Amino acid sequence: MAALLSGCHLSVLDPKGQVAADEKSLIITATLLMLVVVIPVILLTLYFAWKYRESNTEATYTPDWSYSHRIEAVVWAVPIVIILVLGTITWKSTHELDPYKPLESSVKPITIQVVSLDWKWLFIYPDQHIATINEIQFPANTPVNFRITSDTVMNVFFIPQLGSQIYAMAGMQTQVNLIADTPGTYDGLSANFSGAGFPDMKFTATASSQADFDAWVAKVKASPNKLGLDNYNDLAKPSQKDPVKYFSNVEPVLYAAVLDKYMDKSSGLKLADKFCLPKVVASVEATNKDRAEK
Amino acid sequence: MFGKLSWDAIPFHEPVAMGGVAGMVLAGILVLGGITYFKQWGYLYREWFTSVDHKKLGVMYIVLALVMLLRGFADALMMRAQQSIANGGNEGFLHPDHYNQVFTAHGVIMIFFMAMPFMVGLMNIVVPLQIGARDVAFPFVNSLSFWLTFAGAMLVNASLAVGEFARTGWLAYPPLSELAYSPGVGVDYYIWALQISGLGTLLTGVNFFVTIVKMRAPGMTWMRLPIFTWTALCTNMLIIFAFPILTVTLAMLGADRYLGMHFFTNDGGGNPMMYVNLIWAWGHPEVYILILPAFGVFSEITSTFSSKKLFGYTSMVYATIAITVLSFMVWLHHFFTMGSGANVNAFFGISTMIISIPTGVKIFNWMFTMYRGRVRMTTPMLWTIGFIITFVIGGMTGVLLAVPGADFLLHNSLFLIAHFHNVIIGGVLFGYLAGMTYWFPKAFGFRLHEGLGKVAFWCWLVGFYVAFMPLYVLGFMGMTRRMQHYQNDAWQAWLILAAVGGLIIAAGIGAMVLQLAYSVWKREELRDVTGDPWGGRTLEWLTDSPPAFYNFAHTPVVHTLDALAFMKERGNVHSRERYTDIHMPRNTAVGLIMGLLSIALGFGLIWHIWWLAILAFVGMIGSFIVRSFDDDVDYYVPAAEVERIENARHLAMANQG
Repeated sequence: MAALLSGCHLSVLDPKGQVAADEKSLIITATLLMLVVVIPVILLTLYFAWKYRESNTEATYTPDWSYSHRIEAVVWAVPIVIILVLGTITWKSTHELDPYKPLESSVKPITIQVVSLDWKWLFIYPDQHIATINEIQFPANTPVNFRITSDTVMNVFFIPQLGSQIYAMAGMQTQVNLIADTPGTYDGLSANFSGAGFPDMKFTATASSQADFDAWVAKVKASPNKLGLDNYNDLAKPSQKDPVKYFSNVEPVLYAAVLDKYMDKSSGLKLADKFCLPKVVASVEATNKDRAEK
Repeated sequence: MFGKLSWDAIPFHEPVAMGGVAGMVLAGILVLGGITYFKQWGYLYREWFTSVDHKKLGVMYIVLALVMLLRGFADALMMRAQQSIANGGNEGFLHPDHYNQVFTAHGVIMIFFMAMPFMVGLMNIVVPLQIGARDVAFPFVNSLSFWLTFAGAMLVNASLAVGEFARTGWLAYPPLSELAYSPGVGVDYYIWALQISGLGTLLTGVNFFVTIVKMRAPGMTWMRLPIFTWTALCTNMLIIFAFPILTVTLAMLGADRYLGMHFFTNDGGGNPMMYVNLIWAWGHPEVYILILPAFGVFSEITSTFSSKKLFGYTSMVYATIAITVLSFMVWLHHFFTMGSGANVNAFFGISTMIISIPTGVKIFNWMFTMYRGRVRMTTPMLWTIGFIITFVIGGMTGVLLAVPGADFLLHNSLFLIAHFHNVIIGGVLFGYLAGMTYWFPKAFGFRLHEGLGKVAFWCWLVGFYVAFMPLYVLGFMGMTRRMQHYQNDAWQAWLILAAVGGLIIAAGIGAMVLQLAYSVWKREELRDVTGDPWGGRTLEWLTDSPPAFYNFAHTPVVHTLDALAFMKERGNVHSRERYTDIHMPRNTAVGLIMGLLSIALGFGLIWHIWWLAILAFVGMIGSFIVRSFDDDVDYYVPAAEVERIENARHLAMANQG
C-alpha cells in the first residue's frame, strides 16, 4: 500500500506552505493515535471469532458470563483516554489553524479579494488595483490574506497544497490566510458543487519571487481591459471553461459592492440596476464605520 | 389544464435516461402483467395492500427498500462508469445535466428510500414480537406510514420519466436549489417526495415510540427490553425530534420556490447558511436513526450465534442513550469550513469525538460477547464480523474528519465520500442485510440459503474495499466530490479500480437475488417449523414462523432479560392453557387510498396542476375523516379459532420432532 501511495501524486499530503504542512502533520498524528486502538480491535475480533468458533470444543465456554467490572472499566477507559488526548490536540490545533488568524511573519501580508462566479473565479488585488480571472500570483514566503465572497451559489475556495479550504457565500465574507514556502504553480479549485460548470471551475495559484511577482503585476497592468461597475455584470454572467483574463484597472469599491449587493435591505440596491456610485460608496463607508465602532 | 407539464417533459433526447425509463416500464409491465395473469390482485389487495399487520407491512417496506436499492445502485454504477472514462477531453457518456441528477438521486434514494424503509421494515417485523405485543399501537397509522413512504419513492421514480430530478446534491443546499439557480421541477420533485415520505416516517416514529412504551409484555421492565428494541426506541425518539426539522426546512425552501419568499435566497434578506444549519440539525441525527437499529441487529446476532448472553447489556443501553443525546450536538461538523470561529469549531469537533466513546464501548462489548462463546459462522455472523472490522476503519476516518484542522483539507473531497460509505455500507447496510438474513425465517417460515448468502457477503465485503479504499486515496490526491469530468491521469487509474469494486458489489447483489429465488424454490428443504431456527434468546422466537396474525396466543410473561432463554431453561416454552378471544384490528384500504392520493397531490404540486393537487388533498383529508367516523375497526378472534391454529402448529412441530 505504501509503495502504491508513493507512486501517485498525493497533493493533499505534499504541502507547499506552513498551513498545509501543519494540517498534514495533524492528520498523521491523529491517525496514528487512533490506530493504537483500531489495530488491536481488528486483530482481537478476528482472534476471538477464530478461537471461540463452534468446532473448537477445547475453548472455554461460559454461556451465562456477561459482565466483568475489569473489562467494563477497560472498555470505557480506553476510548475515553484516546479522546482526551485527541480532544486536547483538537482544541489547540483548531485555534492555531483558525483560517481567519493572521499568519506570523515578518513580511507584510498581501490581500486578495475573491469572488466566485458561475463558473469562474474573479480575483481582485485591492492594493495593486488589478483583477484576474482564474489565475493568481503572489510572492512566496509572504502571507496572503484571502477575503472571499460569492456572487452566485456557494463554492469553496481551495488550493490543496497550501492548506485550508473555505466556503464562498453570497452576501457574506469569509477569510483564509495562506502562505507558500516553495515557489511553484499550484492547482486551485472549487470544492463545493455549484452547478453545470462546476468541474471546470479551476484556477492556478503561482508562488514566485518578489521580482517575478512585480513583473506579473506589471503584465496585468498592461492589459487593456478595465473592470468597473458597468461591465462587471457581463463578466458575472454564467460561462464555462473561461480562459485566464487580466484587468488593469479595477473599480475600487467593486468587491464591497458585490458583498453589499445582497446585504442592502431597504433600498433594493443591486448591481443589476442602473448604478449610482455615490450611494454605493456611502453605503460601504457607513458599514465600515459601523464595524469600526463595534 | 396541465400546469407546467407538456410533452417536452419526457427526456426523449437523453438515451441513457430513456433506457432507464424503458427498463422501469418493462419491469412494471412484467410485474403487473404477472399479477393479472395469475389473478393475484384480489389476494394482494385483501392480504397485503390493505393489511394493518405489522409483519406484512414490514415485508412490504423491505421489498420497497430492495427495489430502491437496485435503482440507487444502478445510479452508483453509472457514476463509477462515468468517472472511469471522463478524463482529459473525454466528457464520458453522461451529460452534466444528467450526471448531476444521477448523484443527487443516488444519495436521496439510498438514504430516504432504501435505508429508511429497510430500517422501518425490520422494526415492523421484529419490535412487536420482541416485546410480546399483538401489533403496534396504531395499526392503521402504520399502514398509512408505509403508503406515504411508497408515494415518495414513486415520485422519485417518476422524475426519471417525467421532467427531471434535482441537480443539487442530496441535501439541496440553497441558493443552488432556489428558483434563481434551479428553475426546473427537479428540486420540486425532491421537496415533495421528501415531504410526503417524511410525514410517513414521523408517524412511524410516534407509532413505535408509543408501542414500545405502552405495549410491552407484563414483566418487561426497561432493563429487560431486548437490545434491538432499545435501539429502535432511541431511533424513534430521534425521528420524533429530528424529522419535524426536516419538514419545516423543506417547507421554507418550498415557500421560497412557490410563494416568492426569501428564507434562503441570496437576496431579500435570505440566509442560505440557515438552511445548512437546519438541514444538518436533522441530517446528523438521521445518521444515528439509521445506525442505531443496525447496532441492535448486531447485538442480537452476536449473542445468538455465540450462544451466549450479550456482554455488558447495561453498558450497551447507556451507550445507546448517550449516542442518542449526543447526536443532536454535533451538526456543525458538516461545515467547519464555513468560517465559524475556532471556539465553535473546536466545540463541535470534540463533541463529535465524544460519540466515538460509547460507540467504541459497543464494539468492545460485541468482541467480549464472542469471547468464551461458541461462535457459529453463519451468514449473519459473517456480516457482523465484516461490520466490526469495516466500521472501526470508517469510525477512525470519521474521527479524523472531526478534527477541524484535518477537515480543512479533507472536507468535500472523495475522502469524505469514502468515509460515509464506509460507515453507511459497512455499518448500516451490512446490519440490515444481516438482520434480513437473521429474521427471514421468522417472517416467511423458511431460511435463506447459506451458501449463496456467503457468496453475497464475500462479494459485498471485497467489493466494498475495492470500491472505496481508492476513494480515500483520491481524497488525498485532491479530488473533490461530484465531478462530471476531470483532467488528471493519476486519478483515472484509481477511479477504474473503484469501478471494478462496483462490479464486485454488483456480483454480490446478483448473489442476493439468486439466493432469494433459490430459497423460495427450495423452501420445503429450508422450512423451519420450530419457530426458533437459530436458538434465539428473545420473544420473537417463541412464536410460530411465520407467526400467526395475532403473534401470541397467550401474552407472554417476562421474568428476566432474554425472556425466551429463561423459559427454555425452565422447560416452559409453549403454554397450552385455555385459549381466550383475541382482540385484533381490521384491515383497511384508507392507508392505501391516502398514499395513492398523496402521489397525485405531490405530482400536482410539482407540475403546478392546481386542480389535481386540490382534489387529491381534499380526497386525502376526506378519507381520513370518513375513517375517523368508522367504529367498526376491530374484532375478536374467537378462542376456538385460536385453538385450531395453535393445535395445527403443535401438530406440525410434533411431526417434525
